[in-house]
Amino acid sequence: MRNLLRWETALVFLLIVVALTGQVSTDGSFLSGGNLFYLGLDIGEIALIALPLTLVIVAGEIDLSVASVLGLSSALIGWLWNAGWSLETILPTVIVVGALCGAVNGLLVTRLGLPSLAVTIGTLALYRGLALVVLGDTAVADFPSSYTEFGTTPLPGTNIPYPILLAAVLAVLFGIALHASSFGRSVYAIGANEEGARFSGIRVKRIKLILFVLAGAVAAIAGIVYTFRFSSARADNGVGLELAVVAAVLLGGVSIFGGKGSLFGVLAGVLLLGGLRNLLILQDTSTEVLTIVTGLLLLVSVLAPSITRRVGTLRKAHT
Amino acid sequence: MTTQLDTVAPPAARRTAARRLTTRVGRVRELGIVVALALVVIPTAIVNPRFVQPQSLRDLLLNASIVALLAVGQTLVVITRNVDLSVGSVLGLSAFLTAQQFADHPGTPVIAGIGFGIAVGLACGLLNGLLVALGNVPSLVVTLGTLYVFRGIDYALAQGRQVNAANLPDALLDLGSARIVGIPILVLVTVVVIAVAAVYLRSYRSGRELYAIGSNPEAATLAGIPVAKRTLTTFVLSGLVAGLAGALWVARYGTVDAAAGTGLELQVVAAVVVGGVAIFGGSGTVAGATLGALLLGTITSCLVVLQIPAFWQQAISGALLLSAITVDRLLALRLAKALRTTEGTSHA
Amino acid sequence: MDGPPVVALDEVSKSFGAVRALSGVSLRLLPGEAHALLGENGAGKSTLIKTLAGVHRPDAGQVLVDGSAQRFSGPADALAAGIAIIYQEPTLFGDLTVAENVFMGRQPLGFGRRIDVAEMNSRTSELFARLGVKLDPARPARGLSIADQQLVEIAKALSFDARVIVMDEPTAALSAHEVQRLFGVVKALRDQNAAVLFVSHRLDEVFALCQRATVLRDGEFVWSGELSGETPDSLVRRMVGRELSQLFPKEDTTAGDVLLSVRRLTREGVFTDVSFDVRAGEIVALSGLVGAGRSEVARAVFGIDRPDGGSVHVRGKKLKYGSPTAAMAAGIGFVPEDRRQQGLVMDASIERNTALASLGRLSTFGLLRRSSERALAQDWAVKLRLKFAKLSDPVGVLSGGNQQKVVLAKWLARKPSVLIVDEPTRGIDVGTKAEVHRLLSELAGQGVAVLMISSELPEVLGMADRVLVMHEGRLVEELSRADATEERVAMAAAGQVAR
Repeated sequence: MRNLLRWETALVFLLIVVALTGQVSTDGSFLSGGNLFYLGLDIGEIALIALPLTLVIVAGEIDLSVASVLGLSSALIGWLWNAGWSLETILPTVIVVGALCGAVNGLLVTRLGLPSLAVTIGTLALYRGLALVVLGDTAVADFPSSYTEFGTTPLPGTNIPYPILLAAVLAVLFGIALHASSFGRSVYAIGANEEGARFSGIRVKRIKLILFVLAGAVAAIAGIVYTFRFSSARADNGVGLELAVVAAVLLGGVSIFGGKGSLFGVLAGVLLLGGLRNLLILQDTSTEVLTIVTGLLLLVSVLAPSITRRVGTLRKAHT
Repeated sequence: MTTQLDTVAPPAARRTAARRLTTRVGRVRELGIVVALALVVIPTAIVNPRFVQPQSLRDLLLNASIVALLAVGQTLVVITRNVDLSVGSVLGLSAFLTAQQFADHPGTPVIAGIGFGIAVGLACGLLNGLLVALGNVPSLVVTLGTLYVFRGIDYALAQGRQVNAANLPDALLDLGSARIVGIPILVLVTVVVIAVAAVYLRSYRSGRELYAIGSNPEAATLAGIPVAKRTLTTFVLSGLVAGLAGALWVARYGTVDAAAGTGLELQVVAAVVVGGVAIFGGSGTVAGATLGALLLGTITSCLVVLQIPAFWQQAISGALLLSAITVDRLLALRLAKALRTTEGTSHA
Repeated sequence: MDGPPVVALDEVSKSFGAVRALSGVSLRLLPGEAHALLGENGAGKSTLIKTLAGVHRPDAGQVLVDGSAQRFSGPADALAAGIAIIYQEPTLFGDLTVAENVFMGRQPLGFGRRIDVAEMNSRTSELFARLGVKLDPARPARGLSIADQQLVEIAKALSFDARVIVMDEPTAALSAHEVQRLFGVVKALRDQNAAVLFVSHRLDEVFALCQRATVLRDGEFVWSGELSGETPDSLVRRMVGRELSQLFPKEDTTAGDVLLSVRRLTREGVFTDVSFDVRAGEIVALSGLVGAGRSEVARAVFGIDRPDGGSVHVRGKKLKYGSPTAAMAAGIGFVPEDRRQQGLVMDASIERNTALASLGRLSTFGLLRRSSERALAQDWAVKLRLKFAKLSDPVGVLSGGNQQKVVLAKWLARKPSVLIVDEPTRGIDVGTKAEVHRLLSELAGQGVAVLMISSELPEVLGMADRVLVMHEGRLVEELSRADATEERVAMAAAGQVAR
């Protein structure tokens, strides 16, 4: 527990460092209202998907298919729009399909006892493939401006983009679910010791299934946000986004082995990742370098616990 | 003393039953792929008979051999209960660097150029292996990270350029098109790699130790097997093979940019798993993985012949992967139950 | 028999975090002897074995092989020194063949350093012939019975002419016949001048097989010497450090209504046609060998595993198959066999563990009431006299006995009417053991129906109102408290029921 707190303190400290260096190196434009708005837009989908994925990883599982669900939901929006559906029907449909995608993951994991890594690699390919089947390589862009303008305008009177408002509301809900409810207690117990949780009467399978369904539904919502933000429904929207989301969650101090982590840490992780990327973009860094940095962040955050442990034992051996 | 003989005899009979049961399940599994192959090939051949002519079969083999090569390396990794998602990126990096080497230094001998590609792959594999073996973290997450890091480096080095066949030595391009007894050299190289890996896994001590590690990691440590070293080796070998595949990619396609092999890791993992290499480690063969690669390659070719959009390719890979792990799991549960009952009845 | 020890431990100490598993323990293994290693669970036997195996490195003291100090950097070094370990849970590779398991890392090589499979199989058959068993060397190890798996391990030890063979409770899961066969093998090894370190709870076996013994208690060396001058009682006194009669205070109660009723419960290949009742105020012991199906019956009753047939009734109401939630709602509590894996979440705090089975009743609209959670944990910590620093400490820092109290608290907090306890005193100190026994007795006095699984015969005989004995998945004997003797229970457990 103490370790975790220290990790979160370090994250907040790092955030401040990034903000200050950003501010200095960009002559004050980094923390300007306009840039913060774009930073917020940029991390919107990552922040959304990171919420349920935190719960999934705390429960000792993983979902790599989230970015493909995002793509599938985007492709579906385009396809159904072309087919003449109204957006009022399309959006709930897409969220239901996302939840179904999550349910397929969850059922394969809980009913058959398959490892979630293998299952979600499979569905990563399957859902993205279905997105391609649905929409091919075409793009659908003729959405009404009433839906797409939230991608360019903030909440009235502020610099807060709409997706961040949505993410904030969901963050409160997921925070309560993870940290203040009996459901969250069970999620931690499952991640720390699944067998022990089962022997305490916790409905391990049901809870895991719910988590996967949530991940699918929220990924579909992120797909809606992504589509309207760029005013473009494409099958390849968000390719590779799972990397950034997993990196942010692990960076936030959630253990890849389950049982440890907090939503606050993850939100700090999302901000740190987004801030770094935004800073690099402001300095005209190429997208390739961004990919490298994100990959490296993932490697560092997954390796950090084992490295600190190793250093700790070495230090102990010396004294 | 007679009682002792009595109690020894029936277990012996039961044991052979257990052995038969296990081999039978293995057979069913391999037969499944062959049946699937037939189900794909026969209808396609009926719709379009040219599909089974030598030239299109050669193309099929050429297309499948890159995935088959990568599947060999992946098999080694998966047998030890790990996975290497970075192979597509390693291939891309190696392909681009190899092509650039040939383009920038026109005099480079073909062997040296290929060696260079292999070295690039080996370096990537070494990095993966060190992170997994020393970091003690799931290989899936590590190689997901290096997948993007390697690909990012690839793009950063290429800066949007591409190398064309005109800049490559003819001797290299011949590798991709020339044949010996009607079989493309590229395919022959693949077959050699497959054969070497198959013999290694079947008949060498360190090869068998890979199965032991995947089958029961704790027991492997207790048996004195150097688990970290073997794990490192499998990643190095997987990287090495991906490096070779990158160089051969250049020979096969002639035109290379930074995107070569993007997303190939999904096909490779699918091929390996469809080919019966258990995702939980401990079992599977290179031959099976090759069959899996062949099945996936055949499906791709059939899509072309049947004029089905290539978009289906990825969905089919994913669906095949999922059905393979599902079938494997169901078979394993059945087998466990069957073995349990043979055990139980013999006591009664 | 005389001569310098093949392997010796000299003043070895080993700690894990704050827990001192071994402190200054010495052991001398002579060639050609069978040496018993005795001690209660938690006395440090398995740490000692793993030190010999090269898994643990001692913090202080030395491992001596042929009189010279060795530093094993891993299991491979211990194997190279000729030390073979046969663990209680055999460590085989299920996907590989029996012969490969025997020869892993030392397979006979043929042309081009390739493994000669035919040679390997025939050598394995020879080894099995020496052991007097028939096992197919080419079958996979998966699906072998525990006895057969142990034979594979023994064949492995034989295959590299191990000079020291350590057997950790090898007879726990074996039938009488299999035990005799194993003893024949051990005697043959002894005659070939190997040293055998034999770990067993069964003192009759120790006396039948061993010449000398070493006793550990709470990680410390207690005694080592010839067995010829000893009796079972004198050894037990050395192991527990006090008289046995102080334990097991079950008081007589009058049995009430049938609370738990199990009928023809069957799980294919695991247990068959198990039927019994437990009444309010009764402690019923389920006895038998490890692997006879006792814990599996308990798991099925509680709903962890799904039975293939039969029924479980609580207070006359039939339980849904395979649902712990339903079992708990009906009033069953289950203290499982493996405290670390099944009983507790080791990283979580005392209060979280105590509350884990009561989350529903500690919440309002799904939101947890932290104060109620703390009050619950506080209440039970006092009632069970838990020794702890803070309720927010992880249970991992507690001693084995106190951990077991947390598991008990977790279930008692639900006020169960049926309590299943599986090896309730395994690996806990003598004082806490007596407390647990008193607690179980009190619970029975309050009208709880207690089903107790235990491998310790004195515990079974002292605590139980009735003893049910299982053998190879079947209930073979039921004995009243008056009829239950050590001999009758042991005979039934070995499958020899006097009719």
